[in-house]
Amino acid sequence: MKHIITALVENQPGVLARVVGLISGRGYNIESLSVGPTHETGISRITMQVPGDDRVLAQVTKQLNRLVDVIQVNDLTTAPLLHRELVLLKVAAPPAERAALIKTAQTAGATVVAEESAAVTLQIIGEQADVAAFIEQMKPYSILDLARSGIIVLARSGAA
Amino acid sequence: MRTGADCIIDGLLQAGTTTVFGLPGGTVLDIFAKLYHAPLEFFLVRHEQGATHMADGYARASGRVGVCIVTSGPGATNAVTGLATANMDGIPMVCVSGQVPTHMIGNDAFQEADTTGITRAVTKHNYLVKNVDDLPRILAEAFEIARTGRPGPVLVDVPKDIQQAKTSATFSGPVKIRGYKPTPEASPRDIATLAEAINKAQKPLFLVGGGVIAGEAAAEVTTLARKAQIPVTTTLLGLGAFPETDPLALRMLGMHGSVAANRAVSECDLLVSIGARFDDRVTGKIALFAPNAIKAHIDIDPSAISKSVAIDIPVIGHVKAVLQALIPQVEPRKRTDWLNQVSAWAREFPLTFNRDDQELLPQEVIEQVYLATRGEAIITTEVGQHQMWAAHFYKYTHPRTFISSGGLGTMGFGLPAAIGVQAACRDRTVVTIAGDGSVQMNFQELVVAVEHDLPIKVVILNNGHLGMVRQWQEMFYKREYSAVRLRQDDRAANEQIDTTRRKGYLPDFVKLAEAHGATGLRVDSKREVGPALKKMLAQPGPVVLECIVKPEENVYPMVPPGASLTEMVQNMA
Ligand SMILES: Cc1ncc(C[n+]2csc(CCOP(=O)(O)OP(=O)(O)O)c2C)c(N)n1
Repeated sequence: MKHIITALVENQPGVLARVVGLISGRGYNIESLSVGPTHETGISRITMQVPGDDRVLAQVTKQLNRLVDVIQVNDLTTAPLLHRELVLLKVAAPPAERAALIKTAQTAGATVVAEESAAVTLQIIGEQADVAAFIEQMKPYSILDLARSGIIVLARSGAA
Repeated sequence: MRTGADCIIDGLLQAGTTTVFGLPGGTVLDIFAKLYHAPLEFFLVRHEQGATHMADGYARASGRVGVCIVTSGPGATNAVTGLATANMDGIPMVCVSGQVPTHMIGNDAFQEADTTGITRAVTKHNYLVKNVDDLPRILAEAFEIARTGRPGPVLVDVPKDIQQAKTSATFSGPVKIRGYKPTPEASPRDIATLAEAINKAQKPLFLVGGGVIAGEAAAEVTTLARKAQIPVTTTLLGLGAFPETDPLALRMLGMHGSVAANRAVSECDLLVSIGARFDDRVTGKIALFAPNAIKAHIDIDPSAISKSVAIDIPVIGHVKAVLQALIPQVEPRKRTDWLNQVSAWAREFPLTFNRDDQELLPQEVIEQVYLATRGEAIITTEVGQHQMWAAHFYKYTHPRTFISSGGLGTMGFGLPAAIGVQAACRDRTVVTIAGDGSVQMNFQELVVAVEHDLPIKVVILNNGHLGMVRQWQEMFYKREYSAVRLRQDDRAANEQIDTTRRKGYLPDFVKLAEAHGATGLRVDSKREVGPALKKMLAQPGPVVLECIVKPEENVYPMVPPGASLTEMVQNMA
């Protein structure tokens, strides 16, 4: 099962290496990872998506908690969540197709963030399944470049 | 204003350090310059691995934090095995390592290694100090982290320019680390649940591990076991946490456990692990481990719960506090049937060996050591068959008297660890039980014992083999002895030594001991052992006693790897 694990950590050198090392040391691949400071000074949030065995990941979560620089760890896989991912994609846009492309993108909820002579750069923000569907939708237009932020999540109020 | 090096020395002193093990180099010259004037006893080792094992032995014997100082690059990499050894067994240690100056880090500078990167997975925590003002706080934190919770080694990597930089910063505590909550308060509900389970159990068993020794809870275990009449088995690291001379003691369990202990595990209806983490050498095949038992586990480390064996009643907390709360809630019982049953197994299948054998057996040597020291020595071991026999044929009655690398199984641990033990306990008899293979891995450290008049006694059981590996090859690899013959004859074709150059066996341990300034003795027959041991114990200063023992003796009972604890091999047909 694909797990969503978040950790509040001290914003210090080495902490990401410790967290990632615990997971990669078991041969598990982190599918998505995002890190950023929180509203509290010195505390960052790490959000990871890790596919793997439930039992092993339960153990990993406990061991993450044991790290001195880690303040709190939650496996939010089954919790009610708000999740978002941001994608930037640059799509080939010859003048003849451009208008149709932009219309399709905007209908899907994307916005145009840059235009060049031969390409446009689009941005979409949404749940992972939605942004994935949008990427599929753009494939016929020949995607030149793509960057995904990795998902970030917050528990819905009332959830753990 | 003080320098970073001053802060390091002050940090050690503030933490109560009296004794330091180590070896200098370019990036720790500033620390050693201050050490020159410091009220700290210093042991100059001959290899940094020796320093880590000495600090480790010192910690295991005393309960205090062991301290070592090593230089950057090769000094730090040499320390890695010792850090990993301490980390696996939960031993408090602080290792200060030098690092190249801050502006050179990452440039492949001379003697640079990414020490915090290399040691991240083998320490409880580590620091790379980038600002001298942080040093006093970091040292205080390092000691706090090393000794609290599940103890462990902490490495502090200090670049040379930070050692030289000036600061007015001090730290007087208390240590506060947001993410570090080492001692969870045990829930009274969990304790009550466990008490009820114990009161209800017909066939309960205690499984006692190293956590009881680290948590200073041996007295509580003994009180509880006697009050409720519950038999006790221990892990390798738990030896000494419960007196093995007590009628309730079933001795060690697991791969080389006693029949009584392993049967009791398989038959009990309640298994209470007290500070034991269900290592695979303890459980055998997990699916068949304690199949009839409700399983309870008292541990300070939440991540130890249900790691391999699913636990029904977890109690997370400091073992001493948990037991103190538990004792009044547990009712006195007789449990006559169960105790009769386990003691019948113990009588029928004692840990034993063939006393009629004409050759000198390694087990007999250890039994003789037990008698000659009246069970009052502190024993350290290397790793291999001799380690298991040291667990079988010496009886441990007090915590911190059996000192061995359990988790990592580090050959080369026993001799330097004994030096650390003796440094902590000057008036105790300290005996290392060693194999002829392991003891060579850090033999050079014997010089340290000689120089400081630490009268360790090293008993080498020379079977001419890497015996434990040979035993596995005998039992599971068709007796094809590959790379286990330390004697020079009978080797596999690809290891053959030209007959004209054969010396029989190298090195000559008696000469080797003498070359290091110690006394060397050798025996090769049963009748010599008793007198030789007397002589060894009476002789002042370090002594090496080499016992030439039967070459192909095996450790029994043995649970083959992956088998259940009921499938014990008693003897080779
Ligand atoms: C550093 C290290 N290398 C290899 C091993 C694997 N190993 C385990 S026991 C053993 C043999 C030990 O031989 P010896 O010290 O002579 O003891 P014996 O088993 O003969 O009593 C070996 C090689 C180990 N435990 N540690």
